[in-house]
Amino acid sequence: MSVRRLADDAVQPDGFSFNRANSAAAKTWIKKYPKGREASAVIPLLMIAQEQDGWVTKASIEHIAEMLNMPYIRVLEVATFYTQFMLQPVGTKAHIQVCGTTPCMLRGSEALMQVCKNKINENQFETNSDGTLSWEEVECQGACVNAPMVMIFKDTYEDLTPARLEEIIDAFEAGKGRSIEPGPQNGRHFSAPIGGATTLLEDPNLKRTAATAKPKTAAKTATKAKAPKSKSAGPVRLKKPEGQADDLKLISGVGPKLEKTLNTLGFWHFSQIAAWKKADVAIVDDELSFKGRIERDEWIKQAKSLAKSKK
Amino acid sequence: MALQDKDRIFTNIYGLHDKSLKGAMRRGHWSGTKKFIDKGADWVIDQVKASGLRGRGGAGFPTGLKWSFMPKPERSDGRPSYLVINADESEPGTCKDRDIMRHDPHTLIEGCLIAGFAMNAHACYIYVRGEYIREREALQAAIDECYDAGLLGKNNKHGWDYDIYVHHGAGAYICGEETALLESLEGKKGQPRLKPPFPANVGLYGCPTTVNNVESVAVVPTILRRGADWFASFGEERNAGTKLFCVSGHVEKPCTFEEEMSIPFREMIERHCGGIIGGWDNLLAVIPGGSSVRCVPADQIVDCKMDFDSLSALKSGLGTAAVIVMNKETDIIRAIARLAYFYKHESCGQCTPCREGTGWMWRVLTRMAEGRAQKKEIDMLLEVTKQVEGHTICALGDAAAWPIQGLITHFRGEIEDRIDAYTARSDADGAVTDKVLAAAE
Repeated sequence: MSVRRLADDAVQPDGFSFNRANSAAAKTWIKKYPKGREASAVIPLLMIAQEQDGWVTKASIEHIAEMLNMPYIRVLEVATFYTQFMLQPVGTKAHIQVCGTTPCMLRGSEALMQVCKNKINENQFETNSDGTLSWEEVECQGACVNAPMVMIFKDTYEDLTPARLEEIIDAFEAGKGRSIEPGPQNGRHFSAPIGGATTLLEDPNLKRTAATAKPKTAAKTATKAKAPKSKSAGPVRLKKPEGQADDLKLISGVGPKLEKTLNTLGFWHFSQIAAWKKADVAIVDDELSFKGRIERDEWIKQAKSLAKSKK
Repeated sequence: MALQDKDRIFTNIYGLHDKSLKGAMRRGHWSGTKKFIDKGADWVIDQVKASGLRGRGGAGFPTGLKWSFMPKPERSDGRPSYLVINADESEPGTCKDRDIMRHDPHTLIEGCLIAGFAMNAHACYIYVRGEYIREREALQAAIDECYDAGLLGKNNKHGWDYDIYVHHGAGAYICGEETALLESLEGKKGQPRLKPPFPANVGLYGCPTTVNNVESVAVVPTILRRGADWFASFGEERNAGTKLFCVSGHVEKPCTFEEEMSIPFREMIERHCGGIIGGWDNLLAVIPGGSSVRCVPADQIVDCKMDFDSLSALKSGLGTAAVIVMNKETDIIRAIARLAYFYKHESCGQCTPCREGTGWMWRVLTRMAEGRAQKKEIDMLLEVTKQVEGHTICALGDAAAWPIQGLITHFRGEIEDRIDAYTARSDADGAVTDKVLAAAE
């Protein structure tokens, strides 16, 4: 538990009201909750107030209490309980929140805090001499695989070194915070391992298109591209069904789209599928980019029994 | 056998592909959703039960069973039911839900619809932690797309009226506890409620509510599409499925990835994280499930299977599968003392053992990290952790006690050495002065 109090009266502004855009945003929030439960919107509204003023003022607490028909003390409780609410003015150009919890500490967050102490102020929550910058140590921000990290306003800056943090602080002080791309600062892609991912190397789109046969274009190109190759391949293919085509959808795992695809590949009957050999399965599997689904779903077994029941 | 890409549920966890609804559909999401709903709530719950899915938020409670606690429509007393998604991901070490929300949000949204249907809910609140601002924006954008496409809302394509609202917190770890989360969602301080009554009876706004972790719900659509057997085929008995792991700390390449449950620790680190910094001989200890579980020393963890049962056999736990690796350069006493500070900071202050105990434990541990303590205090500290554990409304007291118990169980020698080193510096009167600073001449 941390003891948190409102800022001194000397710095508290006289009044508060949401600007037009924020007023509309506040109304949208309130509408999310059932009638009579408007108090649910208190955290989002306080957050909007903080975005507007830079910190949560006493006047904003009272204003929100009136908006939501809550006693002042209930809103004050909320504002002092949740540590993301800044109860005193912070740096106008940047408030740097350094994560100091163990996963970040193991990767060097203490050095980052030293940078803040040197560049901004020995003490957290106190601004530098210009009042433009401040910093604080926060608890786990949920970016542990990208440790160490800081959060400035709405963005996180991850995989930091002390030197890089200095550059970032300088950029914000110069009013050029936007020039810094948020996210990992060492070239890695979000939470993937540096140097490239070890998983998800296959294209999920192609695989899933074949599996679910959703979008038309992808299915078509797949067939077009693969069709010529199939001529030299093993399984028996027919240009047209012999008499009535079988309802291949009866095979579990085959939908209407996949049925069409199978037809264009030259398969119309259960008996055809039932006759596939292992090599044939591999070929068709490849053509559909199925990666083993034919075997997993036991198409041949299904087709055999379906062919039997047809007779 | 390593998990293959075709069996991964979160195919866009790194955000490399199209995040839009169209892109998600191309990867197979939102396909056949109506079919599942037409099969009825009981079918959905049975499938989830059969898959062996255990909650991914830390406690590992069977998800299907949890859903079945909700009142059936025919026995409803007129109160609405709610599904609440716990996206207040704040357990140190954990950052898996973040990637689901910002890069693969449609897995979650589709899961919310199916889960809500299974428990007869027409409204769902997703409680995202306050710090995940960009993640919340991405999630909201994805939800808006679904409304526009007629997948959600009144008279949607699925024939089950359903609304999803995104809510957010403001930086309180305790709101990850389900009843504290409900309090917070009602606009109060996040202080946990006594149970019973359980949320399935009296939850959000006094109505039947189920609170689920993001990952638990996000895997459900794929389970229904590919079959409960498919999901159950991964991992050991009672520890089924695939799981997002987040490995942080002293590995060469910290990262988040989806793996089969029960993968051995060494194999996991070698395959995805490029090994331990300084090599395997340099491994000191691992906190395998987010900060709230006991640490495990190197020799016990290397061949351990990463699942609920194997890790609880080591008196630790899988928790959220947030693996914090510490090598021999780590000052383990300070590392755990920092966690003690975390719990002190995050205690809601409601129960005395936790409010007072977390601060006391942190202060003692901080002294121990310097060596400024007596050896009998180690036992006293252990005793205090036992007095906090199990004597509080929620599990935060336990979570604060366990890391310290783990430290004392496995690294008591380390603490004693630290104390010895400190007392060795004392003069005849027992005072320790820093001799380095003494003026020469």
